[in-house]
Amino acid sequence: MSHDLTARELRDRIVAGGLSCEQAIQETIEAIASWEGSLHAFNCTFPDSALEQARQIDRRRADGEPLGALAGLPIAIKDNLCTTFGATTCSSKMLANFHSPYQATVVEKLLGADAVIIGKTNLDEFAMGSSTENSAFGPTCNPWNTRCVPGGSSGGSAAATAAGLCAAALGSDTGGSIRQPASLCGIVGVKPTYGLVSRYGLVAFASSLDQIGPMARTVGDAALLLQVIAGPDPRDSTSWPQPPPDYLADLEEPLEGVRLGLPREFTDERVQPEVAAAVRQAVEFYRGQGADIVPVSLPHTRYGIAAYYVIAPAEASSNLARYDGVHYGYRTAHPEDLYDLYAASRAEGFGPEVQRRIMLGTYALSSGYYDAYYLRALKIRQLIKRDFDEAFKQCDFLVGATSPTVAFELGAKSSDPLAMYLCDVFTVTCNIAGIPGLSLPCGFSAAGLPIGLQLLGPAFSEPRMLRLARQYEKHHDWHRRRPPPPPHATARTPA
Amino acid sequence: MAQTLDEAQVLHVARLSRLKLSPAEVKRYARQLSSILDYVAQLQEVDVTGLQPMAHPLPLHSVMREDEVRPALSLEQVLANAPAREEAFFAVPRVLDEDPGGG
Repeated sequence: MSHDLTARELRDRIVAGGLSCEQAIQETIEAIASWEGSLHAFNCTFPDSALEQARQIDRRRADGEPLGALAGLPIAIKDNLCTTFGATTCSSKMLANFHSPYQATVVEKLLGADAVIIGKTNLDEFAMGSSTENSAFGPTCNPWNTRCVPGGSSGGSAAATAAGLCAAALGSDTGGSIRQPASLCGIVGVKPTYGLVSRYGLVAFASSLDQIGPMARTVGDAALLLQVIAGPDPRDSTSWPQPPPDYLADLEEPLEGVRLGLPREFTDERVQPEVAAAVRQAVEFYRGQGADIVPVSLPHTRYGIAAYYVIAPAEASSNLARYDGVHYGYRTAHPEDLYDLYAASRAEGFGPEVQRRIMLGTYALSSGYYDAYYLRALKIRQLIKRDFDEAFKQCDFLVGATSPTVAFELGAKSSDPLAMYLCDVFTVTCNIAGIPGLSLPCGFSAAGLPIGLQLLGPAFSEPRMLRLARQYEKHHDWHRRRPPPPPHATARTPA
Repeated sequence: MAQTLDEAQVLHVARLSRLKLSPAEVKRYARQLSSILDYVAQLQEVDVTGLQPMAHPLPLHSVMREDEVRPALSLEQVLANAPAREEAFFAVPRVLDEDPGGG
């Protein structure tokens, strides 16, 4: 069963001819069929074109042609990445019928590496949320307990990866949207350094914070995917000009004499005891491996959420001004005049969380409030960045919980926007400073819900950060656990 | 400074945002946005004297490319997602009143 293989093993087996790509894709399509009714991880799937592509890959292999780094792997992508096949909806009524005339750079790179894009995954509308409940098409559920949320906003990608509905997936992370759902679904998620991965074709939410990154069941699979999508892109002027290093070459080598910082601000009473205990055990593991554990302080962490909820909505209010009901997207049926065309189309096309953030951002940028909110938040951003700069003089990486809690029940926070925002209390500062972050499984609660460990490092420290994560993974088997079979599913037919 | 938004302010911000709200929505957003702004108000306690605003995490500057003609989207591709079009144009409701005497 391909779910029990890592993506790298599956790719190797396909390339070696031990398993046909067509069979791997067929198994994935069957897994999706048995799970989707209880998960709703996908906005759309491409079974026919995926099988056709798989047969092409099998033919090319038979002809002795070289195959790419992701040959034959079923990959899911978040539905805020532009594709010229299928719709690109951002889980919004605004874009429900939008068919992009161009393709995101990361999608081109996946296809260029012979990945098979199996479907586009659900998200909080325009990536705004921490539970995937803000989707206009209904929430995604957590495969470990379908009464619980998968986290968000990349909840569809996280749920699909955890349930084995793809070999790996792409998400996007503006304030924790890869790492928090990875944590809640028991998988690995990487938010790369700002600029490492091209944002061309990622529907913009907050342009100075957004990054695309891999979500996978193992560290090695995340590294493989990162290798394919990273690198400069002339179509994104904020992409970093240096070519990426090799993330897989030294992956199995443990880090010698690494100094791990424990930020005291990441261990407070908001962290559930089971989460805190799992993180402590992970820290003890590293200590046992010879790491120096260094207490550090990031004093401005406490302002992270507040600064984020000025900066991100401000950028969003500007980015989402383009949805005007004129050029593409939803248009109201009977506008009274041109103003009404704009205002009614936007009010009907956007869901409540998106409207809240547009108004919050518009307010923070409006005359009389710009200095007090937006400019001040950007100055505090500088302080948050300096906190990290100081901490990384004393340690190589920071360690803590990704999310203060395990997955919560659907509806538990949906009526209280601020409570939902606080889900990202340990993840937002990473985006604010532009540094890389990674979440990996480090345990389960008594109720059987996954717990995630977050690693944060200096800009462009991904090679060593992945090694540090792999060092932990190699000595634990959390990543080998699989969610229980879907409720009401009929037994899968053996392939 | 105000840490709450009253309904008149919400209506003003909604107008700037081009969002048409019902009276019930104005009430709800006034309450929710006020609670968020109340939380955000803690930014006021930070001493930001002498700090430069950080708009962007990377020390990158805008780059110029050669001014060469490159392939672009066709007219049909550009208009393909338009909610309404007329010939080669995006169609919108009439902006100016008809003026039968004009010309």
